Amino acid sequence: MKFKTLFAAALLASTVLGAGVAQAKSLVYCSEGSPENFTPAMNTTGTSLDAARPVYNKLVQFEPGTTKVEPGLAESYDVSADGKTLTFHLRKGVKFHSGVNGFTPTRDFNADDVIWSFERQWKPQHPYAKVSGGAYDYFNDMGMPDLLDSITKTDDSTVVMKLKKPNAPILANLAMDFATIQSAEYADYLMKKGTPEQFDQIPVGTGAFIFVAYQKDAVIRFKANPDYWGGKPKIDDLVYAITPDATSRYAKLKANECQVMFAPNPADLAEIKNNPDVNLLSQAGLNIGYMAMNVQKPPFDKVEVRQAIAMAVDRDAILKEVYQGAGQKAKNPIPPTMWSYDDSTVDYPYDPAKAAEMLKAAGVTSLDTDLWYMPVQRPYNPNAKRMGEMIQADLAKVGINAKLVTYEWGEYRKRMQAGEYQMGFLGWTGDNGDPDNFLAVLLGCDKDGKPNANNIPKWCDAKFQEDITKAAEISDIAERTKLYKDAQKIVADQVPWLNIAHSTVFEPIRKSVSGYKVSPLGAHEFQDVDVAE
Amino acid sequence: MFRFLLKRLALTLPTFFALMVITFMMIRLVPGDPIEVRRGERGISPERLAELRHEMGLDQPVWKQFADYAWGLMHGDFGTSIISKTPVINEFLTLFPATLELAFCAMLFAIILGIPAGVIAASRRGGVYDQTLMGLALTGYSMPIFWWGLMLILLMSNTLQLTPVSGRIDLVKYYFEPVTGFMLIDAALSGQKGAVLDAARHLVLPTIVLGTVPLAVIARMTRSAMLEVLEEDYIRTARAKGLAVWRVIGLHALRNALIPVVTVIGLSIGGLLAGAVLTETIFSWPGVGKWLIESIGRRDYPALQGGIMLISTMVIVVNLIVDLLYGLINPRIRHGH
Repeated sequence: MKFKTLFAAALLASTVLGAGVAQAKSLVYCSEGSPENFTPAMNTTGTSLDAARPVYNKLVQFEPGTTKVEPGLAESYDVSADGKTLTFHLRKGVKFHSGVNGFTPTRDFNADDVIWSFERQWKPQHPYAKVSGGAYDYFNDMGMPDLLDSITKTDDSTVVMKLKKPNAPILANLAMDFATIQSAEYADYLMKKGTPEQFDQIPVGTGAFIFVAYQKDAVIRFKANPDYWGGKPKIDDLVYAITPDATSRYAKLKANECQVMFAPNPADLAEIKNNPDVNLLSQAGLNIGYMAMNVQKPPFDKVEVRQAIAMAVDRDAILKEVYQGAGQKAKNPIPPTMWSYDDSTVDYPYDPAKAAEMLKAAGVTSLDTDLWYMPVQRPYNPNAKRMGEMIQADLAKVGINAKLVTYEWGEYRKRMQAGEYQMGFLGWTGDNGDPDNFLAVLLGCDKDGKPNANNIPKWCDAKFQEDITKAAEISDIAERTKLYKDAQKIVADQVPWLNIAHSTVFEPIRKSVSGYKVSPLGAHEFQDVDVAE
Repeated sequence: MFRFLLKRLALTLPTFFALMVITFMMIRLVPGDPIEVRRGERGISPERLAELRHEMGLDQPVWKQFADYAWGLMHGDFGTSIISKTPVINEFLTLFPATLELAFCAMLFAIILGIPAGVIAASRRGGVYDQTLMGLALTGYSMPIFWWGLMLILLMSNTLQLTPVSGRIDLVKYYFEPVTGFMLIDAALSGQKGAVLDAARHLVLPTIVLGTVPLAVIARMTRSAMLEVLEEDYIRTARAKGLAVWRVIGLHALRNALIPVVTVIGLSIGGLLAGAVLTETIFSWPGVGKWLIESIGRRDYPALQGGIMLISTMVIVVNLIVDLLYGLINPRIRHGH
């Protein structure tokens, strides 16, 4: 009886309410999973970063669809002559979102918010340092604690960042999501309320979209920020429909249940290309998949052996079979979309006869070695096991007997880093579009000639090191480009690893969507997107 | 009846303890560490790793970790997820209604179609109906769930456009905060026009997919139980008395044949609650199955331990209810004969 009454009331209410609702412009994005939380500084996965990005801004940002750094919350910035002082002139009149989680800002965005956001990650005594687990991976990974000397304000709209040493890539770092600016006032409000952990679950920012609601594994809702400093977005509602399976994501796109989708299943690509309602956008991914050779272990310490192996592997076959066309053969450690890419590098041809000859000349007649492949699919290597089998067969043809080895993923990476392998696969996805983020992180060594943790081949070259160290310290792009090109030549000659491929990123969108750009950094952004009714 | 209940309850205690030990141990036997797994290519310095392990209590001896975990459980604390930093019980309660709603619909679908199918097949033993129905049941039973789900989406949603592809409701047309977590009920409570119907449409395909295997099992079980019962003397007597065929089959035979069927139903409910992983993944259904699988991938120990314990509790409760139901169907059990 009670239910009947309720039902009748509900029906009545629905007729009354339903009549007055005007259709707002909505865009549904079929995303892949649930975010861990909404504070980018504490996340490293694309899924989590995508979920928070609509709400927030950074001091500087990547121009959509590129890795070019442009002003964000900082209207402009100056770098001092010695490269050690960065002065940010903040945009005035920028408002934090009002009405989210009962919070109404009483002031505009200012220098205090900038200092608050960086110090949370930097200073252990910060009131929010330990809230929600307090692990700031990216801040540490990008070496910020070693770089930063101080962050101070000269007035409400000027922030001065002093560095311990000149560092050109820092601007690109500041355009990364970990450098998101959050509201110090909202943080105080929640601290007083006794619910600081809500700060990372119910986000308040300055971004193009205002957070509305999140239901784990189901949906994230945002609405357009009418006061957005970059202009009100063209869509009214932005909905992330969490759809973990790639094939059902595409089925949803086909049925117009979503208009933009996260990575499609490679097997569906052919059909997607032929779908008249869908545009298949693609871009070379900012990544590299490689086969490292441990130069600390003979015979891989001999450059001729490494060069011979480079010629013994049929990478075209790998591109066809493992990447199924969704990738391009790599000849440099950095992808071609990155500035300073050296297109003049001459790649090693597939020439098993020559390879065998070179091995013989180097005194390697029969070699028993290992070949490690990761147990998981990675963006830069869709099927490491198959790749391993193919290379194993290629190497057998030149008299190298490679045993395939693998471990659980965390263990695998740890042992690779420890240099326990002789030959093995790994790769990298770029964070900020700066060549330093590939060359220095993956092939750099410290002052004492000890390889960095992520230098898997354990390869140190004095000239290479000099080039990349100098390039990181100067801000003149032309000069840096020259140095990085030189560094790439050294890598091409020395072959610490065999460059295998850069995978391609595909993003299908409905034809009704305009203004959407594929980000080389893997971000999904909607502030400039429009959708036709 | 009360003593029967007490006895059954007492029997569940050792089950709980065993579960607690097994889940705790099994998870730790899987190679991989929650922190290392998260770090990917990037890696982590040994100092930072030690620091994080300490914060999560992973540097404690295993017996100590177990004691803490058991102590927490006894106080109703299921732990905090390593990934989302929210209490496991909160995550579970957010997701569980979705699983329950789907499992309930799937079971209803399986029972409503399965029992009549089994009865028809048994009463026409060896005939065309019997062979067709049992053939279908065998097909259903051996259907790969993932394939079946995708085929239905392609046919029903993409080609015929009869049902939505996935999700629980049209996210653009309807927006309301969850109250109960059961979409059909929340849609009704929201009062938004057409919301209930839309939620029901979203349930159609996942219900069919999740219900297919139990449907097949119930149909086959009903058939064989019916065949056995139909041989009994009292059925012959009932027939000899000149009772209508439907009365013989529907009342005398079916009621007795239902006992093994109810057992099967009870066991399948446990399976449905825990094993809806594939269905939940294909249909973007925000339930606990998918959550648990993701937790394995991330080595989120607390979420896994807590989640498995909570689901096991449900399964144990369901089995208890099934045991009590026997009593209602069959007085011999109730009276302890």
